[in-house]
Amino acid sequence: MSIDWQAFWLTIELAVLVSALLLCIGLPLAYWIAFSRWRWKFFVEAAVALPIVLPPTVLGFYLLVALGSQSPLGRWWQSLTGHPLAFSFAGLVIGSIIYSLPFAVQPFAASFSSIDRKLLAASATLGVSPLRSFIRVIIPLSRAGIVTGAALAFAHTMGEFGVVLMIGGNIPGVTRTVSISIYDQTQASNYAAANAMALLLLIFSFAVLMIVYGLNRRTLNSGLWTTGAVK
Amino acid sequence: MSSELDSKAPIATLTASVRKTFPSAGRNFTLDVGFSAAAGFTILFGPSGSGKTTLLDCVAGLVTPDRGRISIGESVLFDTGSAINVPVAKRRVGYVFQDLALFPHLTIEQNTEYGLTHLAPHARRERAAAMLHELRIDHLSQRRPAEVSGGERQRAALARSLVTDPRVLLLDEPLAALDVATKSRIIEDLRSWNQKRAIPILYITHSREEVLALGENVIVIDDGHIIAQGSPHEVLRAPLQETVAQLAGFENIFDATVESVHEDRGTMTCRLLAYETENSVTLETPLIRAEEGSSARVGIRAGDILLAISRPVGLSARNVIQGRIVSVERRDMIVAARVNCGVEMEVHLTLAARDALQLEASREVWLVIKTHSCHLMQH
Repeated sequence: MSIDWQAFWLTIELAVLVSALLLCIGLPLAYWIAFSRWRWKFFVEAAVALPIVLPPTVLGFYLLVALGSQSPLGRWWQSLTGHPLAFSFAGLVIGSIIYSLPFAVQPFAASFSSIDRKLLAASATLGVSPLRSFIRVIIPLSRAGIVTGAALAFAHTMGEFGVVLMIGGNIPGVTRTVSISIYDQTQASNYAAANAMALLLLIFSFAVLMIVYGLNRRTLNSGLWTTGAVK
Repeated sequence: MSSELDSKAPIATLTASVRKTFPSAGRNFTLDVGFSAAAGFTILFGPSGSGKTTLLDCVAGLVTPDRGRISIGESVLFDTGSAINVPVAKRRVGYVFQDLALFPHLTIEQNTEYGLTHLAPHARRERAAAMLHELRIDHLSQRRPAEVSGGERQRAALARSLVTDPRVLLLDEPLAALDVATKSRIIEDLRSWNQKRAIPILYITHSREEVLALGENVIVIDDGHIIAQGSPHEVLRAPLQETVAQLAGFENIFDATVESVHEDRGTMTCRLLAYETENSVTLETPLIRAEEGSSARVGIRAGDILLAISRPVGLSARNVIQGRIVSVERRDMIVAARVNCGVEMEVHLTLAARDALQLEASREVWLVIKTHSCHLMQH
């Protein structure tokens, strides 16, 4: 069995990077979605959710337009690095972040919303700023949602195909991910190699999800995390 | 107050005048109150939905009033006139919520240290330990809120607020769910803590017993307005407003007309009118400024009425009325009997009294009511 290890490690690198960046972008965005009282908030919520319903080719097409050498972003990137953004690893990262955004932000926002607002009020009356309350109360109490969101973003990026094909193409070591590699091998009737890669992805994804659900079960069932009001 | 205490902590009075309207489909709710609270307990008393919690939220800064001014001594927390609205985190107002809101993921010790981040770690630990010791829960410092009893959680929530040295303490029925003994021990500890600090403590309660036990000053709120204010004795013993009367536990309230005024004896005779029937009964009541034939209201506590199974003689009480028991109902440790004596009155007795007198429906009885158990009120 010949496994395209280069594609495998590239995919892992992409998925880890995208999950990490989605934590940085997704947590503040989810906080805003959960706590903002802005009347046009639904507009942002709908925009964040778009990648769930759009075909990856549609998303990939517009991303390609947005990242291409004709676009302001593409031109700016080229002047900065000397390379085009489309069909590069950086372009793939940007595309994957947008593609996986709802899979991270929605679990984050859901767990933030479920936090008892009284805890945040209590934190404020104890002299603690909103940012510190976020770090000391919201984040620890949303651990399950944050782990779920990060894991979903990771798994979703591991398995993405359409967007990668549209904006990344199939450049070995740069943009060829596992799913592209499997597609390639299948097209070449190289079923043994395709099977090896597919099996590897299946086992890996299953292992990641098992770990996540295992961790979350422990958190939720510990019975210690109730606010403890006397009723 | 001693001068030594004054120099350490100048006693700052909380002064608030607040107006806030909540639009709602049926009817707008408006909180419109003004009061000041000196050091010590000030009880906020009133039915649920009367605006007590909203008032505390305004003082804490969790709710922004439409207009008003809130200050502690010289320091202004909120003033629509000069556009001041100090953020919640900078007000130094301690707030213990009805449901406590302890941080479930932190131990009691970590909860207590939570508001002390401005201190170095060792100072934080020392302060928290001293506070937990003072509130007698130092042995629980490593437990989480869900692992301790209700009373211990209340103490933990108090410790977490008190340790931050608040300038005002707001307590929203924090002891409602506790038994009387536990409750009074916590109150005693809170009182002794406040001996040194002398800060205003606003304390919300529904319970008449708590008002009488705690209050130096009572503010009665109904439907967003202050309807009475003063010492518990003034507010509860001689109620003027009917809402206060109902709050103060008058199970029996009747419309009445003044039949005759006996200035020489300091009493009046009032005719109590039964609800929805033509029946009535006359009672001798204390004298108030009222014309003969004018209407009044009379409130009588169910616990102030004596019940006899034969006509009592040789009593000082001026009102001895014959009646018939309509129903006898056990409520927890008391027995509530409804007696028709022209009007229907509720009488509270002990279980032992019920059994000794063999009280049951349709039995003929006599009610004994002292003149001064009849409270006249305005409406």
